[in-house]
Amino acid sequence: MPDIKMKVNGVERSGSVEGRDLLSSFLRDDLGLTGTHVGCDTSQCGACVVHVDGEAVKSCTMLAAEADGAEIVTIEGMAAPDGTLNTIQQAFQDHHGLQCGFCTPGMVMSASALLKENPKPTEAEIRAYLEGNICRCTGYHNIVKAIMAASGQDVGAIAAE
Amino acid sequence: MPKDHGIGAAQTRREDVRFLTGQGNYTDDINLKGQAYVHFLRSDVAHGKIAKLDTSAAAAMPGVVRIFTSADFEGVGGLPCGWQVTDKHGEPMQEPAHPIIASGKVRHVGEIVAAVVAESLPQARDAAEAIELDIEELPPVVDMKAALEAGSAKVHDDLTSNLCYDWGFVEENKGAVEEAFGKAAHVTTLELVNNRLIANPMEPRVAVGDYTRHSDESTLYTTSQNPHVIRLLMGAFVLGIPEHKLRVVAPDVGGGFGTKIFHYAEEAFCTFAAKACNRAVKWTSTRSEAFMSDAHGRDHVTTIQLALDENNNFTALRTDTLANMGAYLSTFAPSVPTWLHGTLMAGNYKTPLIYVNVKAVFTNTVPVDAYRGAGRPEATYQLERVIDKAARELGVDPIALRRQNFVTEFPYATPVAVEYDTGDYHGTMDALERMADFAGFEARRKESEAKGKLRGLGVNCYIEACGIAPSNLVGQLGARAGLYESATVRVNATGGLVVMTGSHSHGQGHETTFPQVIAEMIGIDESMVEIVHGDTSKVPMGMGTYGSRSLAVGGSAMVRAAEKIINKTKKIAAHLMEASEADIELKDGAFSVAGTDKSVAWGDVCLAAYVPHNYPLEDIEPGLEETAFYDPSNFTYPSGAYACEVEVDPETGKVTIERFAAADDFGNVVNPMIVEGQVHGGIAQGVGQALLEGCVYDENGQLLSASYMDYAMPRADDLPFYSVDHSSATPCTHNPLGVKGCGEAGAIGSPPSVVNAVVDALQSAGKNVTHIDMPLTPARVWAAMQ
Repeated sequence: MPDIKMKVNGVERSGSVEGRDLLSSFLRDDLGLTGTHVGCDTSQCGACVVHVDGEAVKSCTMLAAEADGAEIVTIEGMAAPDGTLNTIQQAFQDHHGLQCGFCTPGMVMSASALLKENPKPTEAEIRAYLEGNICRCTGYHNIVKAIMAASGQDVGAIAAE
Repeated sequence: MPKDHGIGAAQTRREDVRFLTGQGNYTDDINLKGQAYVHFLRSDVAHGKIAKLDTSAAAAMPGVVRIFTSADFEGVGGLPCGWQVTDKHGEPMQEPAHPIIASGKVRHVGEIVAAVVAESLPQARDAAEAIELDIEELPPVVDMKAALEAGSAKVHDDLTSNLCYDWGFVEENKGAVEEAFGKAAHVTTLELVNNRLIANPMEPRVAVGDYTRHSDESTLYTTSQNPHVIRLLMGAFVLGIPEHKLRVVAPDVGGGFGTKIFHYAEEAFCTFAAKACNRAVKWTSTRSEAFMSDAHGRDHVTTIQLALDENNNFTALRTDTLANMGAYLSTFAPSVPTWLHGTLMAGNYKTPLIYVNVKAVFTNTVPVDAYRGAGRPEATYQLERVIDKAARELGVDPIALRRQNFVTEFPYATPVAVEYDTGDYHGTMDALERMADFAGFEARRKESEAKGKLRGLGVNCYIEACGIAPSNLVGQLGARAGLYESATVRVNATGGLVVMTGSHSHGQGHETTFPQVIAEMIGIDESMVEIVHGDTSKVPMGMGTYGSRSLAVGGSAMVRAAEKIINKTKKIAAHLMEASEADIELKDGAFSVAGTDKSVAWGDVCLAAYVPHNYPLEDIEPGLEETAFYDPSNFTYPSGAYACEVEVDPETGKVTIERFAAADDFGNVVNPMIVEGQVHGGIAQGVGQALLEGCVYDENGQLLSASYMDYAMPRADDLPFYSVDHSSATPCTHNPLGVKGCGEAGAIGSPPSVVNAVVDALQSAGKNVTHIDMPLTPARVWAAMQ
């Protein structure tokens, strides 16, 4: 059982893991950070996306041991310390970009990574970027709209709420 | 100014904050002290005899607590079916036993053969690999037509055949329908498949069983749309636990779409095993398990015929359907192809004579049950496709043909047993025409053609029956439960309210919308209202959320309970102001006496109820808590008109959705933002069915589409922005809110318009293509064009 250490949401965390343990299970089961969700077992759905050293990563696709020494941000680390939602989170609420909430953590983490590399993405760029994040509730309409709004674009012209 | 408060306000959702910050409490987030983990060993063949099942080596593996097989469940009831259909001869359907763990035979890939409970999940998985299992394969029953042929292998040896029932509706109309077809000026016939789907809520199912020995109480945490129904089914029919010793909790649930209505073997197992092991037992489905153990949806093969007179009036309709039940009867499976399908075959049209035949068939596949729309998408698809085909055969405009045959006077009694209370089908079609810019279509088609693409426009209407249901009616039709809803409204001494509702929210936003209704009724701020749901120990009774029933039935129960509260508070206010109760008005959170300036605040009246110093104790009890059960007098009938524009790449057959417009009549709307979100999601699922999704079994009963690598879920780049409208509203006449339900409309209304659009695109290029079965994959579309 290798011992691992990583900085998670700004806090040093450590634990012992089996070689086969995934980063997603280490976050959920060992650290109790259950905001990271697991929706599939083929690395398709994206509910488990976290940031590893600033990059969006599907945490079900990375061994916990591989993340030794890394800096991790999960959905629990996105709002301000006083609980104020960040711009992307607030846009998801304002534009009804979530329903059941299960895919939402992965969507927010992916959207955050997208806006970091492309601060004003077009609709088509957003849709292409979200190819690895499946939502079954929203039909993506309000997710795409929320991300456009979070990037400062006027979404008033989009046909319907 | 749009409203920002009460009914009609597009309020943002209060539940979002916890979901956006990772603070949701889904079932898999629940971990109980000392819990063990279960891994199920599942059959990898479709049909076979269990020749050997030796768990002795596995039982000695590290960490194993106990291994369960069917022998441990002798004397335990099987999973019950909640609806008994009577066939056209008056005989009950064939109803096979549905064991928790396969006994003797396996009947579908994914059926549970053994269960390993261990200290950790990896240990349970490792031990399961050490179980010696030998299954002698039997001939698999996969194709429905072959399953009904004489000499077919049987899924259930103790049944007479693979036919569950042969249902005729309305049997007495059959002769008149035949006669009308004999006289028809034109008959259009269409054979089609309503493709088998997998609901795929993003949260896989989870069950955590717990047991408290000193009080003999069992608790099940589960991903359910209806925890009270699970308590009823599991307690009364499977495990024999009375309600007061069984608590079922469905906390935050990550989507349902029907597939989390049903009572599943894993729920009963975890509850049973927790008691047997005297510790909590947890199961978390993998997505791969979900594909082979969640109930599937749809899977009908249909021939439909429409008869028209010389003036293009619809004179008769008949349909023959084979409906796949899978290997066992899931909780509500028999009702889906019958009462949720046959009763909708009139659609939006005044066709006077209709006959529906459905043969339900057992096969060696995963059980099939309700999936978003449940029977109504199957009815809508065949009806709206055959009308489109008829319009093309007759050379008339498909919208004009529909309009000509619309029902226009309400109430309207259909020839298939239901009575539509309200609707305005021309109104929704008018709204669609305004929104979809049909006038600009030809110019857009030319633009597409200039790019080498084909462009098509497809339109359809739909009607659905929601708000299930009058209990006395569904009881006659075979339902084994009442289908009311209950709510308790508790007012605290300082005026805040808690509503305990039997409805369950798994994405619908009840925590936001239900308070809007209460706020409107009393004239207080929504922040004074809290919603409690999803726990049988906190909510007295409930039938749950499915069939777009939450607001129409659960919301009505809440309104009735709130009305009782308001009546009582008016009595208290009358006492406090020394006025007649008849003169008391409640507005903006204050009671006043009509024609005077006397007033007392809501909070003061509530306080008086709990501190009854100056109080009419001789007439009414202290306290403010009321319960209501609401049993609807009819279904509700949302309706609408949808339009889809596609581009087809003639080189590859790939279909792209360019525009999608939906005009719905949901009656009154509490929160338009949430309603529109429901429509968006429904459209995505309908487009998914039409273009992408298909559950595929091979001839051996192997599930080929068993992961997201093989089952094509709609992704963001498969879909456009949608235009939606719900302004053409005719309020429901028989529930207190005038609401109809919006959860399933998108999934019901969208597949036919997509297929109609693709056929239109191909015909625009001179291709004689009249139908392609869903999903319209590039391969199928390309092949149809050759």
